[in-house]
Amino acid sequence: MIHLPPFAATVTIASLYGVLFLSTLIILLLKRMRPEVDFSEVTTRTNSWWVMITIFSLAVILERGAAIIFLGFISFLAFKEYLSLIPTRRADHRILLWAYLSIPLQFFWVYNYWYGMFIVFIPVWIFLLLPMRMVTIGATEGFLRAAGTLHWGLMITVFNLSHAAYLLSLPQIDNPMAGSVGLLLFLVILTQFNDVAQYVWGKSLGRRKIVPAVSPKKTWEGFLGGVATTAVVGFFLAPYLTPLEGWHSLIAGAIIAASGFVGDVIVSAVKRDLGVKDCSNLIPGHGGILDRVDSLTVSAPVFFHYIFYLYTGPRLESLL
Amino acid sequence: MSQILRYLFFFLVVRPLSYVILGLNVRHAERLPKNGPAIIIANHNSHLDTLVLMSLLPLSVLPKLRPAAAGDYFLRNRWLAWFATEIIGIVPVARTQKGGNPLAGCFEALRANDILILFPEGSRGEPERMQRLKQGISVIARKFPNVPITPVFLHGLGKSLPKGEVILIPHFCDVFVGEPIAHTESNQDLIGTINDSLAALEKEGDFPAWE
Repeated sequence: MIHLPPFAATVTIASLYGVLFLSTLIILLLKRMRPEVDFSEVTTRTNSWWVMITIFSLAVILERGAAIIFLGFISFLAFKEYLSLIPTRRADHRILLWAYLSIPLQFFWVYNYWYGMFIVFIPVWIFLLLPMRMVTIGATEGFLRAAGTLHWGLMITVFNLSHAAYLLSLPQIDNPMAGSVGLLLFLVILTQFNDVAQYVWGKSLGRRKIVPAVSPKKTWEGFLGGVATTAVVGFFLAPYLTPLEGWHSLIAGAIIAASGFVGDVIVSAVKRDLGVKDCSNLIPGHGGILDRVDSLTVSAPVFFHYIFYLYTGPRLESLL
Repeated sequence: MSQILRYLFFFLVVRPLSYVILGLNVRHAERLPKNGPAIIIANHNSHLDTLVLMSLLPLSVLPKLRPAAAGDYFLRNRWLAWFATEIIGIVPVARTQKGGNPLAGCFEALRANDILILFPEGSRGEPERMQRLKQGISVIARKFPNVPITPVFLHGLGKSLPKGEVILIPHFCDVFVGEPIAHTESNQDLIGTINDSLAALEKEGDFPAWE
């Protein structure tokens, strides 16, 4: 079941551990040097990173099927978190079961290389099926809110995130250096890197607020700095992990950064609406799964369709 | 033999169910009793309540965990009775007055230094809504004045598996553990105190009514 990933992917994972090891070492040194400062928050965060990177690396070195199941499981956790936060109706108890069942199916289409079904299943079939089933139950009070919030959650946590998994089902893209897993690594690493880069730029230079009503700490300086840094990192990382070249890799980094920002503030707006700070406390120091994959919910489909357009062109014949 | 099955059931079924399928947000787990005799009380919305409470404590104390449960419901046929007493380890409580003290099993468990899990509401009732507490807990408390009573407020399990439903829907569950309740033989209003502490725990979360 376990196979050695292509060389560049292996090196990337090793470097992730290198960075993690270095950060842990720095925190340990800081603790020694300044015992009066409380480092517990950053320690829990780093410990959680160890766990997350280990689980993610395991998924990457697993064979394609197991990696897709792993990503489906992340979708399941994110959707469960979403459902636990939104107000649901008692009448919809069984509807929620149908919504859950769409998760294994959606990831099965991914595994099965069935692009046509993958791309319409949740936006069309589930979108029609759930309200139909709700009508047979017959509760009309709050119908629109229930149908709307439920489908919105499926789109964000299942449909959008499944695009990250579909990167593993693009064998027509020739990527000898890192295989299809390289595209997934590229997307996830740049998305997470961008979160950090925007935070650092915002902390050091941030003055002009970008979306004050949703995220008062986010600034134009943080956003633009993050996009620029991520684009440059993407430019240097792309030759190892992706078939992208030149301008294409610079643009890839920039759109991952910009769309990651959008995902982040969308989930922030949802949390504000629901009056919660974190989606759950599943990952110590980070909040819930949804807090961690918020940027990915938008960067995954955007990056996927960018790649898909570049390598299969605008017309379906080229899929054949 | 059934002791081994009990460990296996809790390790392979109950814990994955609680922590993976459902997912628990536990606050103040350190307030839970480490060993018996002790009483854990909680609000009751779902069959899952017992299983989740039992997953909160380490597997090493599993043999000491005894949930009090309705005898007429759980002993209604041989197979269910075997499962309830041998695997879950319930203390049957008679809900109808018929010979002997209905709480005798609870007394016995506490004398054996077990950890008793009790739902003072008596039955599950309407999902996600508290009912009036029954007197049983104060009878037990008067007889065992030194046994700590730890209140736990559960939220979300009534949504996962409400009374009358057979389909389990994964849903995060909030578990808020309160400070152990101090009680003495002279404490007349233990029910009131328990009510207050559960209500205070409920206020720690911001739970809209479930309609």
